[in-house]
Amino acid sequence: MSSLSIDSVTRTFGPVVAVDDVSLVVPHGSITAVLGPSGCGKTTLLRLIAGFLAPDTGTIRFNDRVVAGPGLHVAPQQRRVGYVPQEGALFPHLDAGANIGFGLPRAERRSARITEMLDLVGLPGSYASRHPHELSGGQQQRVALARALAPKPSVVLLDEPFSSLDASLRASTGRAVVQALHAADATAVLVTHDQDEALSLADQVAVMRDGRLVQAASPYDLYRSPVDPDVARFVGGAAILPALVRNGVATCVLGELPVDGDCADGEAQVLVRPEQLRVDGSVGSVKARVGQVSFYGHDAAVRLELVPDGPSMVARIPGLDAPAVESTVTVGVAGRVVAYSATPPSAGPSDG
Amino acid sequence: MRPRIGELLWNTGRLVAGAIAASLVIGVGCAWVIERTDLPFRRLWHGLLVAPLAVPAFVNSYGWVSLTHDVQGYAGAVLIVTLSYYPLVYLPVVATLRGLDPALEETAYALNQSRWGAFRRVVLPQLRPAMLGGSLLVGLHLLSEFGALQMLRFPTFTTAIYDQYRSTFNGAAANMIAGVLVLCCVLLLAAELRLRGHRRYARVSHGAQRPVERQRLGLAGWPTGLLLAGVVGLAVGVPAYSLLHWLAVGSSTAFPLHDLISAAGTSLGLGAAAAALTVLLAIPVAWLAVRYRNLVSTAVERSTYVANALPGIVVALALVTVSIRVVQPIYQTYVLLLLAYAIMFLPRAVVSVRAALEQAPVVLDDVAHSLGTGSLATARRVTLPIIAPGIGAGAALVFLAVATELTATLMLAPIDTATLATKFWSASSSVAYGAAAPYALLMVLISVPATILLGRQSVLGTPDGRMAP
Repeated sequence: MSSLSIDSVTRTFGPVVAVDDVSLVVPHGSITAVLGPSGCGKTTLLRLIAGFLAPDTGTIRFNDRVVAGPGLHVAPQQRRVGYVPQEGALFPHLDAGANIGFGLPRAERRSARITEMLDLVGLPGSYASRHPHELSGGQQQRVALARALAPKPSVVLLDEPFSSLDASLRASTGRAVVQALHAADATAVLVTHDQDEALSLADQVAVMRDGRLVQAASPYDLYRSPVDPDVARFVGGAAILPALVRNGVATCVLGELPVDGDCADGEAQVLVRPEQLRVDGSVGSVKARVGQVSFYGHDAAVRLELVPDGPSMVARIPGLDAPAVESTVTVGVAGRVVAYSATPPSAGPSDG
Repeated sequence: MRPRIGELLWNTGRLVAGAIAASLVIGVGCAWVIERTDLPFRRLWHGLLVAPLAVPAFVNSYGWVSLTHDVQGYAGAVLIVTLSYYPLVYLPVVATLRGLDPALEETAYALNQSRWGAFRRVVLPQLRPAMLGGSLLVGLHLLSEFGALQMLRFPTFTTAIYDQYRSTFNGAAANMIAGVLVLCCVLLLAAELRLRGHRRYARVSHGAQRPVERQRLGLAGWPTGLLLAGVVGLAVGVPAYSLLHWLAVGSSTAFPLHDLISAAGTSLGLGAAAAALTVLLAIPVAWLAVRYRNLVSTAVERSTYVANALPGIVVALALVTVSIRVVQPIYQTYVLLLLAYAIMFLPRAVVSVRAALEQAPVVLDDVAHSLGTGSLATARRVTLPIIAPGIGAGAALVFLAVATELTATLMLAPIDTATLATKFWSASSSVAYGAAAPYALLMVLISVPATILLGRQSVLGTPDGRMAP
């Protein structure tokens, strides 16, 4: 396995800039999720790394080996990448064992390596003789991962591998896949449009928008300090409120809130996460009317309309503490908030 | 010439209209009984209802004409071509009904529709593409049908072209009638496209489909069974009886074993060569259409389907004209004949190869490349094993179609070439019904595997729900 570095890579399709000057480093043995809405260029980026496409400009390296760069394009079959496409794409005419052995030298195709790989992805060795149509969606996905890992690739690329699975299977298959990737000490890139998947499975999350990479950070930092309000909304629930910042304190409809990091004095927008909102009166003094309550058991999403005509926002409240519909509560904010200065427009919060 | 064209147009038009209407009634009716009622022995009935495809239409009409001359004329012609071609409507309708989610009908019942109301307002609109596609096939087959109609003495464009060409070698007149015939085909295609429209009948969910709750026939099962038996009896029973009858009569005189073997050899040889050539041509066309979808590749693919609408006699006539004027050396050689077969049957091969290629999406190539396999090795280890059955099916369909082809063979084959179809034709045209019987029987036997293949293909479904003719 090796590290992966992408340096100023651009790829256009006619007038469309699918990947626009993207730079990203995936450290050895770690998993990076590329997160973005459909059409943001994340799949194109993956195909550039795999070698199915060549970049217009920029360089892609596995460790120090340049696989794509000016005047150089290493064919996919010489890059040693493991590729797990959507829905697995197992070879339909081969059983699971032959699928896993496909990329191995002829002598190893029916060896203990097959059982070893099945074991790695948490499937019994007897599954080697099953054909793809005899496997469930999650099992097909695991076999596809085993097939990708068997030849010990430099980098493993996963293209929305869980999107065709139903919700319960998605979580368990995701955990099994991450476990297998870590056990194989694999460097992996996971493309997804599902922020829960990205945050829960990856070591690093790279957010893409309109072909550009807007932020790459650990899941924790990404959620806590999104680079702009759009990223904030994309990676979770968010109330974005206009505010006036002075000396590290933002004044907005929810009162005076301490700002996390640096923000220039003046007009700004603050980000309040739903789980930062409190309705038990412990903090704050703003009154709100309780609108719709969606009760999930472990918690509840409570829509709050600030009295008398303030904006409405959603609070995440532990399920058993959820207030009654139509009641009036006192709203406050726990912890620090992130503020985005209105001048200059590009300024964001510093990391940390 | 003008009044003659008018008469041919009237004859061809009313034959096509009558046979399409009758095929729709029989095809949809039988399909509903097989897919939506609890009639016993449904699999057997299904096989019997498809069986007429194994009897070439000119053999079917030989079966009837050799028993009674009453079938000559319009009514008889509609009866016999309908019995030969209604499976072209029946098969796609059965396939659609089978793929139709029963939840749709259940939803209609829940909305207070009767069984008939649900059929008319929910099922029938879903069957529309299959019915239109089937009707188009019936129409195109009739426009190009030569042998059956010639034997029934019912003149249409195709028989008139042949007569002009054979009796007077009047190329100009034949070409003119052929022009009108091609126009009819184009009109039929346009009508089908127009009626079909751009509507898509999407299936909303991909959840597992529950088996359908079948209509209990009870006592009505008996008349229903009798009706089906009537259809099968007329379509398969009559020609089978006639064939066996003449076989018994004919073998009492002399059994031409040597001629039979040599004609069969020629038919099978031509079939194999044409199948190989056609599939070789079909692979690049289908490959381009599936893998490199753009205006040019779509145009190339669609242009092969045009041949689907061109009657064999028009293709043959065109090749005669071109070869005499431009490439005289290949006139009346096997090269020209094979070329005609390839043009006529390319659509069947393209449909099969295309369906097979769609089973091997590009992502499998990507995966193979990422696992270190080069392009050639990927073709050998991934693509070919997956598409081989489809290519085989396409080749088999072409092979069997060529082995029983009559019109183009009569016009283009080198002199003294005798195939099963031409031997049968010359015997039955000179009213030697007994001598014709063994050739007819061999052609039916050869057609059986193709029929089974078509029956299966229709159930699995081709990409656009249309069936190879």
